[in-house]
Amino acid sequence: MSKEIRTIKVEYLARVEGEGALWVKIRGDRVEEAQVRIFEPPRFFEAFLRGRHFSEAPDFTARICGICPVAYQMSSCQAMEDALGLTVPEPLRKLRRLLYLAEWLASHALHVFFLHAPDFLGYQDALQMSRDHGEMVKLGLKLKKAGNTLFALIGGREVHPVNVRVGGFYRVPAREELASLKDSLAWGREAALKTVRWTKDFPFPDLEPDYEFVALSHPEEYAILTGRLRSSRDLEIPVTAYEAHFEEIQAPYSHALQSRQKGGASYLVGPLARFNLNFAQLSPLAQEAAREAGVTPVCRNPFKSIVVRALEMVQATDEALNLIETYEPPSEPAVPAQPRAGVGCGLTEAPRGSLYHRYRLNEEGLIEEAKIVPPTSQNQKSMEQDLVQFAARNLNLPDEELTLRLEQVLRNYDPCISCATHTLRVKVVRD
Amino acid sequence: MSRTKPKLAVWKFTSCDGCQLSLLSLEDELLELSNRLAIAYFPEATRAVIKGPYDLSLVEGSVSTPEHLEQIKRVRRASKFLVTIGTCATSGGLQALRNFARVEDYLREVYPQPRYLKVLAESTPISQHVPVDLELQGCPVSKKQLLAVLTAFIHGGRLSLPHYSVCLECKRRGNICLLVAHGIPCLGPVTMAGCGALCPSSRRGCYGCFGPKETTHAVSLASWFKEKPGLSQEHLTRLFRQFYANAEAFRQVVEGS
Repeated sequence: MSKEIRTIKVEYLARVEGEGALWVKIRGDRVEEAQVRIFEPPRFFEAFLRGRHFSEAPDFTARICGICPVAYQMSSCQAMEDALGLTVPEPLRKLRRLLYLAEWLASHALHVFFLHAPDFLGYQDALQMSRDHGEMVKLGLKLKKAGNTLFALIGGREVHPVNVRVGGFYRVPAREELASLKDSLAWGREAALKTVRWTKDFPFPDLEPDYEFVALSHPEEYAILTGRLRSSRDLEIPVTAYEAHFEEIQAPYSHALQSRQKGGASYLVGPLARFNLNFAQLSPLAQEAAREAGVTPVCRNPFKSIVVRALEMVQATDEALNLIETYEPPSEPAVPAQPRAGVGCGLTEAPRGSLYHRYRLNEEGLIEEAKIVPPTSQNQKSMEQDLVQFAARNLNLPDEELTLRLEQVLRNYDPCISCATHTLRVKVVRD
Repeated sequence: MSRTKPKLAVWKFTSCDGCQLSLLSLEDELLELSNRLAIAYFPEATRAVIKGPYDLSLVEGSVSTPEHLEQIKRVRRASKFLVTIGTCATSGGLQALRNFARVEDYLREVYPQPRYLKVLAESTPISQHVPVDLELQGCPVSKKQLLAVLTAFIHGGRLSLPHYSVCLECKRRGNICLLVAHGIPCLGPVTMAGCGALCPSSRRGCYGCFGPKETTHAVSLASWFKEKPGLSQEHLTRLFRQFYANAEAFRQVVEGS
């Protein structure tokens, strides 16, 4: 083969949240380089959080992402509670988990049906797909709605909930309010099982990178809010040690920082990592569905993340029903939070993976320093490695087909570019 | 059939994607909407692109980079009817907090090597750059209001959006006034209705995420807050400098009129 240079590029990635591009350079039969270029403009969150009150962080950081605001609220609340020395009682923690499961359900339904499935079945989007798969698209919409309805009941609305605060909530729902959602969640559980059976037979391209999976892990539950950070190799640390093990570096072509392990290794966060590390904590129903679908740990094929998201929807509906069944309204909506100087960090499992926050507060409770590391920044290095590996194995594909497949490689991650660009190196221009 | 369908485009500037998501959160209406409107440009939802001009453009996000200055003009030229959706597009968004700081200070503190991206010193609303046919406030917008806009567009009906304050919605829900009864600072009296008085119904004061209503008395409310709950100037500044920090009516409270 000649040493001809072939460039595959997508200037504006579709069906992802935010603005990004991909660029792959191939020389002859060698893939020289792959870049995920993020051109979403920065919004300076860490900068304008300085000087704000600790109680404002949950509502402010929610606005980093319209798709996973609860993840931002929960990581920031837990970081503040750590700094203020607060312990949130178990009934409030369970209600937080219920709200978080609602976000998982709505976010995963959006990704599985609207952003990801059209790639496997050969459509440009879900509406086009609905002409031939109308029943499944309708099921997807209803499943998303089941998540959003639970989300709005606890949070107040479907995007940027108003009911979350440091220490707990402003108002806790009554038993009857939550009980009214049992039918839609029970339907949702069946629908999620059907989604597992539907997606398991999709055509999965061959790709099995040797990822190091990283996720929060807890012996008694499928970890979302509580646990230690574990990896598929030998890492097991408290979340307070996050920054001792992971760092962010800057790539000149991208407007987001990329994370890596100290020492340089990439790692993977998100549904695939959680599934592989925490399979034992999935509900029996979700485990059984996984075995039936033939997707069990260790699953390294990133295209199969669509089945894993469907399995996490089984988990979310199954567990939400359980939490509603055993729900006792907490006696107080929140534990009171008093300002004091300190540093605190929080890490929770956003739909796309681990989301880390750290804040330093002064004695008045004002933020002196903020650090936020979203899942998409942590996965960026793995995304680029996947692009290289996939392109190298599929050089025979014509440009158009290869481009589509490489887009799909990125959509496997459900990348949230809006999240990833909160920390950027920028230059100011005055118009 | 399809050639007579009006073409819808959804554009993103600097934002969190939450307002576009509100469109996808119309789960019961989405398929029907796609029968009535051709989704001609909506990268968050589809790879397919139909060329402009577009009958209706929804614009999310604020103008915050030099490229945006040109881009918004192209969008305006390609759109017959342009509706801005959300706090970022109608006021500059939370990121407009940088308008009150020296961005260079932000950079020096947080970003040691500012070189790879160019940003404008201020984050501004779309209407500051091109004529806008309709603004839909909210962080995020109300999906009901969004649906009302689309329905009015499809049927050519008259659109009526509330111009009164959150207080009216709060009264209709039968809430006890948090401000009067409990002395909780609440921006409801000066904030545009549309959310359904969500915060007071959750027993927290309104934080103004739908922005000022027309003809507000924010300065007067602020002086009341100083007396009754006894808020400090710092607290007042934080209260009015949130999601609509860049709105004139709220700026007056902080900067003096």
